[in-house]
Amino acid sequence: MIEGVLVEGLVYGILALGVFISFRVLDFPDLTVEGSFPFGAAVGGALIVARVPPPLALGAAFLAGALAGAATSAVYHGLRVPPLLAGIVTMTGLYSVDLRVLGGKANLPLIAHNPVMRAAESWLGGGLDSSIQAFLAFLVVTGVLVLLLDLFFHTEAGIALGALGDNETSVVSAGVDPVRLRSVGICLSNGLAGLSGAFAASYQGFADANFGAGIVAAGLASVMIGEFLFRTNRIGGQLARVLLGSVLFRGIMYAGRSWGYLAGITPNDLRLLTAVLIVGSIAASRYKGGTRPGRSRA
Amino acid sequence: MIRLESVEVVFGRGGPDERRVLDRLTLAVPRGQYVSVIGSNGAGKTTLLNAVAGSVPLAAGRILIDGADQSRLPEWKRARYVGRVRQDPLAGTAGDMTVLDNLALASRKGPRRLRLAVPSRLRRELQDRLAELGMGLEDRLRENVNRLSGGQRQALTLLMASISRPSVLLLDEHTAALDPRNAELVSGLTRRFVAEYGLTALAVTHDMRRAIDEGDRLVMMHEGTVVADVSGDAKKSLTVERLVDLFRRTRGGDYAEDRDLLT
Ligand SMILES: Nc1ncnc2c1ncn2[C@@H]1O[C@H](COP(=O)(O)OP(=O)(O)OP(=O)(O)O)[C@@H](O)[C@H]1O
Ligand SMILES: [Mg+2]
Repeated sequence: MIEGVLVEGLVYGILALGVFISFRVLDFPDLTVEGSFPFGAAVGGALIVARVPPPLALGAAFLAGALAGAATSAVYHGLRVPPLLAGIVTMTGLYSVDLRVLGGKANLPLIAHNPVMRAAESWLGGGLDSSIQAFLAFLVVTGVLVLLLDLFFHTEAGIALGALGDNETSVVSAGVDPVRLRSVGICLSNGLAGLSGAFAASYQGFADANFGAGIVAAGLASVMIGEFLFRTNRIGGQLARVLLGSVLFRGIMYAGRSWGYLAGITPNDLRLLTAVLIVGSIAASRYKGGTRPGRSRA
Repeated sequence: MIRLESVEVVFGRGGPDERRVLDRLTLAVPRGQYVSVIGSNGAGKTTLLNAVAGSVPLAAGRILIDGADQSRLPEWKRARYVGRVRQDPLAGTAGDMTVLDNLALASRKGPRRLRLAVPSRLRRELQDRLAELGMGLEDRLRENVNRLSGGQRQALTLLMASISRPSVLLLDEHTAALDPRNAELVSGLTRRFVAEYGLTALAVTHDMRRAIDEGDRLVMMHEGTVVADVSGDAKKSLTVERLVDLFRRTRGGDYAEDRDLLT
């Protein structure tokens, strides 16, 4: 079952990478992921059920998430409302869109045809246990994602994105349109959430319009647990830390589900546990470092 | 070269607190000139720099930089032609980013590309520039800027504002927050960059001594407009006493505290 936790941590780790980019790099508290995650799941799931090749379906899920981000960005920049409100608007509207994408139902099973998981569980041939193969498959996928993001954050655009969340003036002074740059960042963040949603649908065996509930807090908890693990001002380390944090978070949740009864914890208490974890990691990193958890960029 | 033609900036327009902060201000600064700007608190000095940079909209008039009317361009587009250092050493840099990344960001103006931000050739070049600051920052490329002292950070900000050789360099009391030694250091660097890069500069200061000693020209502002403009030999023979006297005459009054007002 440990492999299950690892796979889950990596799958939801992609979402946590998105949360890291909005909350930490952009300093933009974006709740859109609560909508872009199930939107990606719905689009990816529906396309897979329609027998679209999985890579295309996953790409479409990323784009769907990015589109949700674009909507939030348009509301935020166009109406000059607070980020939280812009995100809530998108997330609320998307729920109805999800239901339509899922064909009028809240739930779409992928059990009969689940090519992503089938590939992940058997890509190394017959000798190896399927759950270990799945773990390795998602390790490769998320590892490549982290490498790509690391590369991106070393480009001119990536550096500017990091600076934007830190001190917008320095970006404007460099002759960069902060609105456009922030939009790119929000789209990237939600694109990752959408991709994560599609993988999660495959992993769970169904896409669900309610996938998003509590996902921001889960992502944040993962990011913060990661920051608690070690300090670095290198972006590559910070990204890897997010994945580790996500795996650890899923592990803690698993422990809560499996052995929580020993401490009187029921599955109903898991959200409370998440909240406590977030507060705990903030408090712990304050206590440990004195400064706040390492910000965005190298 | 920059030219301000009858520039007006009005805050709270139409409301009960309407304030005309720049009032038909006209000023032409030829390429390569270093202009010191002085004036009492609230005279509109910072607003003048804001108007040139595009951080406040004009109510009337226009601003030409290198002959082109820039007054309707948003701040980020105008930034191609403008370098700026504010009083607060924290204002111009991203503190949670490294020295190298900050400098790389500032070394090029305009939209960002999907290219490696600091190829090794650029890194060597930026390292050389940092070495010119004489603060050892060339050995601290990978450290976050918020680890630097105020003086180091302001020197870095100055380099960032100058490195792309903007058409105009705007300095707003940029040494005021520093201790005397660092203020002297940053002033020296400013003189050097202006000379080496052939920059045109507008430098606001409350230090009359410095305004007299430094720069090719001294402009005194009062109530949103230029009330005195001294350059050449007349500036060379200026003293603090004469400056205070000049200020008194423009105000048409005889205030004992004039000297305090200016500084
Ligand atoms: N955004 C704003 N809204 C309303 N009033 C403003 C604004 N910015 C500046 N002012 C007013 O405009 C006047 C000129 O301000 P400005 O900052 O240009 O003065 P200054 O010459 O730089 O003064 P100091 O020497 O104190 O820095 C002041 O009375 C100020 O209160
Ligand atoms: Mg001022």
